[in-house]
Amino acid sequence: MAIAAESKFHVLAVDDSLIDRKLIEKLLKTSYQVTTVDSGSKALEFLGLHGDDEQSNATNPPSVSPNNHQEVEVNLIITDYCMPGMTGYDLLKKVKESSSLRNIPVVIMSSENVPSRITRCLEEGAEEFFLKPVQLSDLNRLIPYMMKTKVKNQEQEHQESQHEVEDTESQSQALQPSEHQQPQSTSNQQQQQQSLTQPQQQHHHHQQQVSDNKRKVVEEGLSPDRTRPRYNGIATVS
Amino acid sequence: MERNHFHRQLALTRQSLFDQGFLDEQFIQLEELQDDANPNFVEEVVTLYYRDSARLIHNIEQELEKSNLDFNKLDSYMHQFKGSSSSIGAKKVKAECSLFREYCRTGNGEGCMRSFQQLKKEYSTLKKKLEAYFQVEQVGQVHPPHSKLKSFVV
Repeated sequence: MAIAAESKFHVLAVDDSLIDRKLIEKLLKTSYQVTTVDSGSKALEFLGLHGDDEQSNATNPPSVSPNNHQEVEVNLIITDYCMPGMTGYDLLKKVKESSSLRNIPVVIMSSENVPSRITRCLEEGAEEFFLKPVQLSDLNRLIPYMMKTKVKNQEQEHQESQHEVEDTESQSQALQPSEHQQPQSTSNQQQQQQSLTQPQQQHHHHQQQVSDNKRKVVEEGLSPDRTRPRYNGIATVS
Repeated sequence: MERNHFHRQLALTRQSLFDQGFLDEQFIQLEELQDDANPNFVEEVVTLYYRDSARLIHNIEQELEKSNLDFNKLDSYMHQFKGSSSSIGAKKVKAECSLFREYCRTGNGEGCMRSFQQLKKEYSTLKKKLEAYFQVEQVGQVHPPHSKLKSFVV
């Protein structure tokens, strides 16, 4: 079960493969609320973007606050790379170019281990790159990203109400930025990990069993301002 | 007593699928996702796989019948097929997919056709084995220990 919050984290999973959608949904449902779609364009539709226009529909006037157009709260987008029409990369770009959506962390999945592809996605703003088939143990790495969005969304909501109404209470809410660091700390991770300790054991078990299980690629020469460690304990691929 | 024997046999059957290289650790991942809420998850996914990939097989077959082979198209179909096969842990099938894709890359039509024949063989062999496995597994779930089906148990 998810941590004791008002609502579970909501993940939008995008994949044109029926099998992989079923799998990722089952994987994610253990801890999160999941929506699956089979294309990038459907993903954008779900997120409230239509075509190249950022206005979700004609009745909404152009607004100053960027979060108004998001119809549903999505805490993370996980998308396949190779899809007909709009690729996962195209979707990533569109999300990052949108002022209302750019804060949503995006994770790319691919069955192919292509270093240049991985770099391109990370440089475009993807948080992680997972090799398929995605496993339960991979999902642990999503936790910090989702917590960050949730906190950020709460912050923005409070800041907006602060702009509308002079409210001294919201000023104390603005102190929440210190909680930003919490997702990185062990206490929150432990809460999540309680429901996920079993898969972690499996991960180690598999590492022992399968020597050629290539999960991730280590890329040298990533942009230096990425201080967050991205690849923990990953084998290089020859 | 009978139940223990049955479960041992089932475990051995299952293990042989791994030992003989039909399945890899991804199948175990599927098993780990199976729970009381989804007691037939693995079988559901496998059934979905065979239904979904039948379409791809048909498309590939049609392509291979053409006089001028479109290797890009073939590779694209096979990429999808390989992906699904990988997702259920179909090890031998996946290997054949890779081989086929190599032939596509080198524009080797003969190679494609040969490896496709082999792929279809592996594909249907696995299907039969998994169907049998699920059937027997269900027998164990449904029937009580001292069942008259003991003669049925392999």
